[in-house]
Amino acid sequence: MRAFARLLDSLSFTASRNAKLRLVRDFLADNPDPDRGWALAALTGDLSFSAAKPAAIRKAVEARMDPVLFGWSYDYVGDLAETVALVWPARPGANREPELSEVVEALRTATRAEVQPLIERWLDALDPDGRWALLKLLTGGLRVGFSSRLAKQACADLGDVAVADVEEVWHALAPPYEDLFAWLEGRSERPSADNPGRFRSVMLAQPVDEDSDFGKLDPADYAAEWKWDGIRVQAVSERGVRRLYTRTGDDISHTFPDVLEAMTYEGALDGELLVMRDGRIGAFGDLQQRLNRKTVDAKMLQQFPAGIRAYDLLLDGETDLRALPFAERRERLESFVSAARSPRIDLSPLQPFDSWDGLAALRADPPDGDPRIAEGLMLKRWDSPYEAGRPRGPWFKWKRDPHLIDAVLMYAQRGHGKRSSFYSDYTFGVWREDANGDRHLTPVGKAYFGFTDEELRQLDRFVRDNTVERFGPVRSVRAGRDFGLVLEVAFEGLQRSTRHKSGVAMRFPRISRIRWDKPAREADELATLEAMLETP
Amino acid sequence: MLKPEDILRPTPAGLYCPPGDFYIDPVRPVGRAVITHGHSDHARSGHDHVAATPETLDIMACRYGDDFAGAAVGLAYGRPIERDGVEISLVPAGHVLGSAQAVIRWKGMTAVVSGDYKRRRDPTCPPFEPVACDLFVTEATFGLPVFRHPDAADEVARLLKSVQQFPERTHMVGAYALGKAQRVIALLREAGWDRTLHVHGALAGLNDLYARHGVDLGPLANATDAADRLPGEIVLCPPSALGDRWSRRFADPVSAFCSGWMRVRARARQRAVELPLVISDHADWDELTDTLDELKPGEVWITHGREEALLRWCELRGQPARALALVGYEDEED
Repeated sequence: MRAFARLLDSLSFTASRNAKLRLVRDFLADNPDPDRGWALAALTGDLSFSAAKPAAIRKAVEARMDPVLFGWSYDYVGDLAETVALVWPARPGANREPELSEVVEALRTATRAEVQPLIERWLDALDPDGRWALLKLLTGGLRVGFSSRLAKQACADLGDVAVADVEEVWHALAPPYEDLFAWLEGRSERPSADNPGRFRSVMLAQPVDEDSDFGKLDPADYAAEWKWDGIRVQAVSERGVRRLYTRTGDDISHTFPDVLEAMTYEGALDGELLVMRDGRIGAFGDLQQRLNRKTVDAKMLQQFPAGIRAYDLLLDGETDLRALPFAERRERLESFVSAARSPRIDLSPLQPFDSWDGLAALRADPPDGDPRIAEGLMLKRWDSPYEAGRPRGPWFKWKRDPHLIDAVLMYAQRGHGKRSSFYSDYTFGVWREDANGDRHLTPVGKAYFGFTDEELRQLDRFVRDNTVERFGPVRSVRAGRDFGLVLEVAFEGLQRSTRHKSGVAMRFPRISRIRWDKPAREADELATLEAMLETP
Repeated sequence: MLKPEDILRPTPAGLYCPPGDFYIDPVRPVGRAVITHGHSDHARSGHDHVAATPETLDIMACRYGDDFAGAAVGLAYGRPIERDGVEISLVPAGHVLGSAQAVIRWKGMTAVVSGDYKRRRDPTCPPFEPVACDLFVTEATFGLPVFRHPDAADEVARLLKSVQQFPERTHMVGAYALGKAQRVIALLREAGWDRTLHVHGALAGLNDLYARHGVDLGPLANATDAADRLPGEIVLCPPSALGDRWSRRFADPVSAFCSGWMRVRARARQRAVELPLVISDHADWDELTDTLDELKPGEVWITHGREEALLRWCELRGQPARALALVGYEDEED
């Protein structure tokens, strides 16, 4: 339990992805089975308990200490698990610190009534870090920012294998993953991925380099289709098992029962998950309403019906198509989709074109209908097999040019990790007229990348030299009609938002240029942004 | 019958002893001051007469210059002086080098002003000595049951583990310039780290002072003069230098901060600390309450910190106590 507690503690303070990976990889290397497997499952949320209600924990601690002192402690710390972990008045005794696996086994088998005295004994035996980890585990809220994507990468790092190899077997494994570690440490064969409904690692596209690529590529070698703005999914229906996976192999089936129901076919589709209403797709914001939910209600299903726009076929019946060229897979995909006869599954149409210039014109001004809210175009070589990973050449993505606005820097916040000495997160605003006809800046977004290291240094200097007020790690900077720094902000889309004062929320905003030359009063108006709101 | 107020009384300038006509750790310039230790909120310049341990006087001279007071008298630990029937002696408080409790005896009554103190082992100063007394004046910097400091050696082990885990990065350790920095250095030496430690210029004067007083800190170098970005090395600096522009000279620094406040996660997160190390020179909750249990003084006065919780604890124990709410003592940096 101690090593797990230390790991959890370190992860909770670590922002950098690479540092997190190193912490977890080292933990997996240093700790025995089955503890390390349970720990990994706990980190990714695949193992959670509701063995103890916060109220019961509070009652246990108040039985042991003055409730007034506990109350003040809780007020000061602000987190129940952390407070209890720190103040717990341990009864001295011969308690042995429990191993993580002992805790897990007990929680999986014991009833709630049996668990309560166990918990107290564990709390007595652990140190504050251990108690904190235990309580977080018990109440089901680790929240240390470790996704299953990272878990797979940490495992790949441990075994020095490709992450795709881990992804392919992942869903076939269950905690505590002893077979996985045996393979990663070279003690056994790779666990079998050959079970029905398994995930197949996806093929990804490289961004096209307009200046150098088109000169070398023959338009006749490539098919073009629109790049839909949803999330990439793999919809597998195999020998009675139906699964919907994200592109990293996370199983999201339970979030999309409507899509699962439509998967009456036998095979594995690669496509885009979108909100679909009568054959028309919704914007990304619509799909967002459905993502990351543990449960879905009928109203959600009705308001935001989801479907798949298919663009590749990996498995047709029992035949694996991945080695076939795209042209052949596409042909089979077309008949596969029409045979499926579902309003929730349609085909991503190919976009005919003759020349790169012609395609560029289409990209700049897409035809009416769904393509107008596409993210851009995809180019796929007719002869390309379906290869896992991101090979350079067979598939390209050619994103639409971003929207640009000129906004004024209003607030800056210190960054994390490498950037902790820099004011690197910028909140910017545009002009809005109030009822009296006065113009004020209203914040419309926040961006923390898009600039070079040198530009970061310049921005940091500007913030430090023009600070008006400080609020903890945030500084407000001089910004008004006659003085202010204009930032050209690029973003992918704009949606209405009730959470933001300005009423709009940007997708993927980043700083594209620093306009040292532009007077602040000439920055954009909120009205300009409102005109860009996405309407399919 | 004498009351505690006859021997000590809180005033806006600090605790005052009427029969001896002196203040203890006054926050504004006074005629006669007894100083418990060298931290700047307790040891201020500009008094006419100062009495303190020779180490504390040395620290004050290092910080404020040789003319920090009109006249200064060095009082070695356990060597009382007497004036007008009031006897005062200084005994170790275990807080930092030279730190002392002021023990005042008058007409058969004993008052102890602990100053800041801790009960843990510290290789850089002698341990706290309990003195039986009628009035015990205690601090309460960490006077909440959430403050339970772990063993400092375990915290240093965590630092060394991180250094081994991230050998390409510099570990920047923020530590208060007087006391904490030297204690952390001494603990690192005890843990076997015998390489050169790189230190911020603001720590150099006090490091030298500790060395002059016989505290061996091993090889130290000025971090600003380093030839490279110091990957795999440990740099000690004042807490304010973490996240400061000065930190950019190092290799993707891991910011570590040694403080009792690091016990509370939100505090560490607020400061964007990646490696919080709970190492404190103040007594934690258990040390505060165990000390009161051990001394069982006639009355307890609580000077600064989280008085209300310690007061509550005293109430529950039937220990007479009173909070003084003295102003001018900071607890933020420990």
